[in-house]
Amino acid sequence: MPVNRDFIGRQYPASTTYQVGREHVRSFARAIGDTNPASHDVEAARALGHPDVVAPPTFLTVVNFSFATEGPVADPALGLDYSMVVHGEQSFELHRPVHAGDELSSVQSITDIRDAGRNELVVTTTEIADAAGGRVATLRSTLVSRGTAAPRAAAVPEES
Amino acid sequence: MVQADVGTVLPARTFPITRADLVRYCGASGDLNVIHWNQRVAQAVGLTDVIAHGMLTMALAGTLVTDWAGDPGAVESFTVRFSRPVVVPDDDAGASLLVSGVVEEVREDGRAVVALTSTVDGAKVLMAARAVVRLS
Repeated sequence: MPVNRDFIGRQYPASTTYQVGREHVRSFARAIGDTNPASHDVEAARALGHPDVVAPPTFLTVVNFSFATEGPVADPALGLDYSMVVHGEQSFELHRPVHAGDELSSVQSITDIRDAGRNELVVTTTEIADAAGGRVATLRSTLVSRGTAAPRAAAVPEES
Repeated sequence: MVQADVGTVLPARTFPITRADLVRYCGASGDLNVIHWNQRVAQAVGLTDVIAHGMLTMALAGTLVTDWAGDPGAVESFTVRFSRPVVVPDDDAGASLLVSGVVEEVREDGRAVVALTSTVDGAKVLMAARAVVRLS
C-alpha cells in the first residue's frame, strides 16, 4: 500500500526534551566499537576543550528514535510498514559537538515522499536545538519503503 | 591538530559485524526494527537474512574518521548513501566490513573532506560517503 503523500510538509515537534546522558554516550560508543577517549573519559574530553564526554557523530540517531513514537513514522495514517523499510541515505550536519549534559529539542519534518521505481522514498529532516535555542544539528534521512509504490496507472478504458 | 593533505590515507580497517553486535546496537540506538534481529521476519519480508542497521555500518565507518581526527567533535558533517544491505549470518564470524578513507579535499577554511569506501565481500555497501573534519 502506498505511503500517504498528504504527510509531505508536516512537522512533528517533540513533546519533551532529550537529556544526553554520559552513560548513554559511552554505551553508544561501545556499541559502535568507538574507543575514542573523548567519548568515554570526561578528563580526555575536557583536555580537548569540551565540557563533558563527546557523542560520536552519528549519536543523534538516538534522539530520533527516542521520539519515534510521536513522529510521523509511527503514525498509522502515514501507512509506512516499518518491516518493509530500509535506510537509503543519511546525513548529519553538526553545527556544534553534542556532549553529555545537553538538553535537546527536536522537530522532525517530512520533506518529501516520492516513487523510485517500485519503491517509495520518504525523506525526513530533523532540526535539533539545545536548551538555549541554539542550533545543534540537522539530520536528513531517506527511508526506502520496498515495493509499496502504487502500480503505474492502467490505460484509461475506452468508453463503450 | 591533524595534518591533512589531499591524498592523505586513513588507515583501512576491518570490522566484524556479528548478531551480537546488532543486538547491542539495537539497545544503544533504540532502533528495534525486527529485520535486524529476527531471521523469520527478515526472510518473510523478502530479505536474504537478518541485515545490519545502516546506521551501524555508517557509525563503524565513522570511527575511521574520528580516530584520525582525534577529537570526535571535529566532525562537522557526515553523509552516506546505503547501496546494499549488509547481511549478517547467524554464525560466530558474522559479516566483515572493510573501510578505507582518503582526504579528497582540503579547504581554505581549514576543513578536510574525507571520502570513505566501505565494502563487504568486495561489494560497496556505502556510496558517496563523505565526512567534513575541522582541522584546527
